[in-house]
Amino acid sequence: MTIQQVEDEIVEEFSLFDSWDDKYEYIIDLGKRLAPLDDKYRVDENKVRGCQSTVWLGAEYKEDGKIYFTADSDAIIVKGLISMLIRVLSGRTPDEIINAPLTFIQRIGMTTHLAQTRSNGLLSMVKQMKNYAVAFKIKNSQLQ
Amino acid sequence: MNVVADLQKGLDEVLDVYAIREQFPILKREVKGKPLVYLDNAATSQKPQVVIDALVNYYTNCNANIHRGIHTLAEEATAAFEATRDTVQKFIGAASREEIIFTRGTTEGINLVAYTWGRQNLHAGDEVIISGMEHHSNIVPWQIICEEKNAVLKVIPVDDNGELILEEFEKLLTEKTKIVSVVHVSNALGTVNPVKQIIDAAHAKGAVVLIDGAQSSVHLDINVQEMDCDFFAFSAHKLYGPTGVGALYGKKHILEAMPVFQGGGEMIKDVTFAKTTYNDLPYKYEAGTPNIADVVAFKAALDFMTETGMKKMRDYEHELLAYATEQLEQIEGLKIIGKAREKTSLISFVIDKVHPQDVGILLDNRGIAVRTGHHCAQTLMDRFCIPGTIRASFAIYNTKEEIDALVEGLKKAIKLLV
Ligand SMILES: Cc1ncc(COP(=O)(O)O)c(C=O)c1O
Repeated sequence: MTIQQVEDEIVEEFSLFDSWDDKYEYIIDLGKRLAPLDDKYRVDENKVRGCQSTVWLGAEYKEDGKIYFTADSDAIIVKGLISMLIRVLSGRTPDEIINAPLTFIQRIGMTTHLAQTRSNGLLSMVKQMKNYAVAFKIKNSQLQ
Repeated sequence: MNVVADLQKGLDEVLDVYAIREQFPILKREVKGKPLVYLDNAATSQKPQVVIDALVNYYTNCNANIHRGIHTLAEEATAAFEATRDTVQKFIGAASREEIIFTRGTTEGINLVAYTWGRQNLHAGDEVIISGMEHHSNIVPWQIICEEKNAVLKVIPVDDNGELILEEFEKLLTEKTKIVSVVHVSNALGTVNPVKQIIDAAHAKGAVVLIDGAQSSVHLDINVQEMDCDFFAFSAHKLYGPTGVGALYGKKHILEAMPVFQGGGEMIKDVTFAKTTYNDLPYKYEAGTPNIADVVAFKAALDFMTETGMKKMRDYEHELLAYATEQLEQIEGLKIIGKAREKTSLISFVIDKVHPQDVGILLDNRGIAVRTGHHCAQTLMDRFCIPGTIRASFAIYNTKEEIDALVEGLKKAIKLLV
C-alpha cells in the first residue's frame, strides 16, 4: 500500500464513528497498544517539543533503505496519534516520508478538534519525522 | 413586617447565580455541541454585557486621544479614562489617585518595578525574596535584574499543603533584603498567603514589598493601605474586565523617587535636546497613547463587582469551592494539590495513572474548559514532583450543576484512560 492508501484507509475507519467520544476511545486504544519503545531511544535528543506531554521518537534506518519509527509518550491520546503516524510513515523510504501529504490528520477532523496548542504538538511530531527522513537521505547521499 | 423585611434582607445577601449568568452572553454558547462549562476563570474570566457595552460605546461615541485635545471628544475620553483611575483607587483603597498607574497587566506592573525601582535600588550582594509559588511573571523579571546587578534571588519554600513556610521566610530576611515580591493568591494552588504578616516582617528589616494581586483582586477585599504593601499589581481581565490592561499601585513617595520606565509622549513635561523633564505622577509612568478603550471598560468591570457585592461573591465562591472539593475528593485516584487552610475558589488536582493533558482533551470534548499543565508555575510543579495538574477555577457565574458535569466528565475520562 502507498502512503496515500494508508491515509485513505484511516479516514475511512474514522468515518465509521458517530461521535468524537468514539473516535477518542479508538485513539486511546491505539495509544495503549503502541509497541513499547526501546530504552535506548528514551533520551533527551529524542524528545519532541510538544505542549504539555513528553514524546520520545526513535528512528532507525535499515538496510532495506527504509526508516522504522518507534515512539512513546506519557499522554495516551498523543500516543494514539503517534501510533497513526507510525502506521502511515514507518517502513517507508526517506523520499516517501519527505513527500507524504499527511492530509489524514485534517481529514479526520483532528486539527480542528484539538485546541491549537495541541495541534501544534502533533505538527511538531510530523516535522520531526520528516526531519529524520531528510537527515537519513543526506547521510545516504554522502555515503554513495 | 420585620420577618418579611428580614427574609428579604437575607435573600439580598445571597447571590442569584441565574441572574448573574444572564449578564454573561458567552455562557449561552455551545462547545463541541454541548453547553459551555467554563472552569478556567483563573486564566481569564468571562465578561459581562456592561463591560462589552462600555467597549462598544467608547468606540461608537467618544473615541479620541486623551490628555491633549481641547475638543469635546478628547475631553470626554479623558474624563472616562481618568474616572477609571478614581474607581481603581477606591477599589483597592489607595490614598490618592496619583498612586494608580495603568499598565498592560500584572506582568507589566512587576516588570515596571523591577526595571525602575530595581535598577535604582539593587546593588551587588543585595537580596530579593520571592516565593516558591510564583507565576513566571514574578520570577523572570527579578532574575533578569538580579543578574544585571549581581544581586541574589532567594525563595520562600512551600510546604506539602501548599502554604508558605513563614519560619523559613524569617530566616531569609536580612539587612541585605531590599525587596520582597510575593503572590497574594497562588494561581496554581489557590493558596491565600498571609501577606500582612510578610509585609510587616519585611518592613521591619527595611525592605519594600510588592504584592502580585493577579488572582486576589477578584476574590478578596483589597485595601493597600491596611495591607501596607509598597506595590500592588493586578490585571483587569481576571476580574471580569477586558484584556490588555491592569493597574500598578505604588506608594506615592516611592513612585516619586523612582526613575522613569519608558520614554515617550505623555510622560514628559518639557523636551529639549539638552534635557527632558518628566511629568508628574501618575503620567510619569504612562508613556505613549494608552489602551484607552480597555481602561474605560475596566471601570465597568469594577463597578459590576462592587454592585454585585464583594462579600456576596466571595460567599458564593466559597460555597462552590466547598462543594467541588467534596465532590472531587470522592473520585478514586484523584489527589488535590494544595490544601491550604485559606483558599480561593480554585482546585488543582492530579489523577493516578492519568496524564492531565488527556483529561483536558476529553473534558473539552464535553464542552468543559479547564486548564491543564504547569500554569506558568513550573518551579512549583517541580516542588510537588509533578509535570502539571488539572485546574478547575470557579467564578460567580458557575453553578453546582456545572461542578456535577465536571465530576461526571472526569469519571468518564478516567474510565476511558485507565
Ligand atoms: C498569580 C499571577 N501572577 C501574574 C499573572 C500574569 O498576569 P497577566 O498575564 O495578566 O499579566 C497571572 C496570570 O496568569 C497570575 O495568575
